[in-house]
Amino acid sequence: MQQHRELSEKQINTQLLNGALATPGWWKFAVIGLALIVLAGFATFGFMVNSGIGLTGKSRPVFWGALITTFVFWVGISHAGIMISAILRLTQAEWRRPVTRAAELLTVFSLITALTFPIIHAGRPWRIIYWIIPYDFSRGIWPNVRSPLVWDPAAIGTYLTGSILFLYVALLPDLGNLRDRTIGWRNTLYSVLSLGWRGNSRQWRLQTTAGILLSALMLPIFVSVHSIVSWDFAVTSGVEGWHSTIFAPYFVIGAVHSGVAAVVTMMALMRWLWKWDNFIRPEHFDALARLLIVVGTTWFAFTMIEILYSLYSLEAQELAFRDMQIFQWPWALLFVIFLITGFFIPVPAWFFKRVRNSIPLMFWTSISVNIGMWLERFLIIVPSLARKQPFVYTWGSYHPSLVEIMMILWSLAFVAMNMLLFARFFPLVPLFEQKESQVFSSKIKIGRASVPAVLREREQE
Amino acid sequence: MVSPAQDVASHSWGMAVDIDRCIGCQACVVACQAENNLPINEEDHFHQARAFEWIRVERYWEGEFPNIKAHFIPILCQHCENAPCEPVCPVYATYHNDQGMNVQVYNRCVGTRYCANGCPYHVRFFNYWEPVWPESLRNQLNPDVTVRSRGVMEKCSFCIQRIRRGRIDARKEGRQVRDGEIQPACVQACPTNTLVFGDLNDPTSRVSKLRNDRRSYRLLNDTLRTEPNVYYLARVDTTEAEAAHG
Repeated sequence: MQQHRELSEKQINTQLLNGALATPGWWKFAVIGLALIVLAGFATFGFMVNSGIGLTGKSRPVFWGALITTFVFWVGISHAGIMISAILRLTQAEWRRPVTRAAELLTVFSLITALTFPIIHAGRPWRIIYWIIPYDFSRGIWPNVRSPLVWDPAAIGTYLTGSILFLYVALLPDLGNLRDRTIGWRNTLYSVLSLGWRGNSRQWRLQTTAGILLSALMLPIFVSVHSIVSWDFAVTSGVEGWHSTIFAPYFVIGAVHSGVAAVVTMMALMRWLWKWDNFIRPEHFDALARLLIVVGTTWFAFTMIEILYSLYSLEAQELAFRDMQIFQWPWALLFVIFLITGFFIPVPAWFFKRVRNSIPLMFWTSISVNIGMWLERFLIIVPSLARKQPFVYTWGSYHPSLVEIMMILWSLAFVAMNMLLFARFFPLVPLFEQKESQVFSSKIKIGRASVPAVLREREQE
Repeated sequence: MVSPAQDVASHSWGMAVDIDRCIGCQACVVACQAENNLPINEEDHFHQARAFEWIRVERYWEGEFPNIKAHFIPILCQHCENAPCEPVCPVYATYHNDQGMNVQVYNRCVGTRYCANGCPYHVRFFNYWEPVWPESLRNQLNPDVTVRSRGVMEKCSFCIQRIRRGRIDARKEGRQVRDGEIQPACVQACPTNTLVFGDLNDPTSRVSKLRNDRRSYRLLNDTLRTEPNVYYLARVDTTEAEAAHG
């Protein structure tokens, strides 16, 4: 399936290190622009800490809103990394190579961003840091391990640690490469970070083994992280729209849908911004779109099953909740947008090869998926709370306030800015993976037959 | 003399609410507001659905004018034995004490609001803003009750300050707490004796007898199994009963 365009190692080096060694002119402006939004976000958070959660649109009974939606959204995006680098690595999908690092990086930054949201949304954020993260033995009380809010930091913390290790191990050969091409303080930085990488065969063997082990160790996280996030909702027996046994697999597959779509968005941007046409090629988009068709359709099936099962019981409050979610203004409009952007536009479009191979179309369809996925979480969280139980006296509604919208923008800018800052100092496309892929795919002609020049270890056994 | 251990083991506080008696006068709501230092509910707070009512009187209309009936049901924290709000709190700010009450520790609360999502009765209230009282009301605040700060959850405590005082008084006199001696503010204010408070462990207390009444039921307990300590006595509609039995 892959078309090969042989590049010399030198070409690979110069082209892929252009982000770090020959920074493009737009970089500075993009980072400054994003930094301004990030600063505005921090200021907004400070304003909220100073005044109170009253600045959000929340009320009784809608105690959770856009901020928790955004938390779930970013945890969903973080599934990009595990899907691309662990699962595709273990299944030896060759096309994953140019995007592994960017996907893993997106995971790290989106998890950090996700972790901030429960803090932003808490009534006393200064206490959340004090009470939950460092276990405070002096009080004689441990955090409540029955609470999903204690499972969350554990699950996400594990994922974050694993992702950072994964990212670092894969970065080592490229750090060595950069060390050899820089002088001054940057040379010192890369020397320290590269941990004495010289590229001898022992180091390569260790690096490869570590990568495979980390992939395997992180596989359970693939299932655990979003399952646990879904249990924030699913354990709540009092909220009819949340209390659903299907939530764990439903959220996991939704997370993969949004995560892989985010990788597509990022690949399109990387190709466009750093002119890496030689590395990120239409066939990569094609492969991801095929994967997304399967994931997206499975996720859609889960969505329909969830609605069907909930209506099957014909309970009054379940019907009231679905009535609000699907038929009442403005939720009905959001529901239609959610279905169209999350499934009905992108998935049928990906059936056409022309769409799969067109980078602008892939970019816009992947953006559309993530709009849909944000709305999905919003439509689960808010109407469920607004129609919680048959006490019609306290039913309510919700709309995000400006402060909450600002925090959502902050999260987008924060992730993008961090990615750009990383790209300034480290290559976003792994050089060694690129070279390895070329070696694996090089062929030798023996008479008429063309055979692979390198045999994989697995095949030798 | 009653030892503290005996005293603790002997209580399980509960309430009976006879909705046949409720006239919807809201005296309980006002009494609670005054007793527990609830922030002043301004019109804005109602519009934002952020008003504080540790006890509220829900009003339901039945029928069309002129054949219309009003039904009232006072709803307060049900102090569930199986409280959905308790396991979800990451910091044990809400927990079940040894006297059958669901209590809230304001100092521990970090304001995740998860408990309020978990509560099916909508009886938990979040301090979205720092509560302010006009200067003229400064001196009416109850010194026995903490004023809650911004960012914490609060709810009906069965007037725990009154329970404490009642138990201390009884212990000083070397006797058990008498039935009816401890009354939360809402119970004290109720003109029709709709609300009855007492010890469910004492089989002779009024609340225990009402619990075993034929009309007794618990809110949402059939579906959610929350095992509330608040028992409701169903309304008996005499006109319907007459129609049914001739």
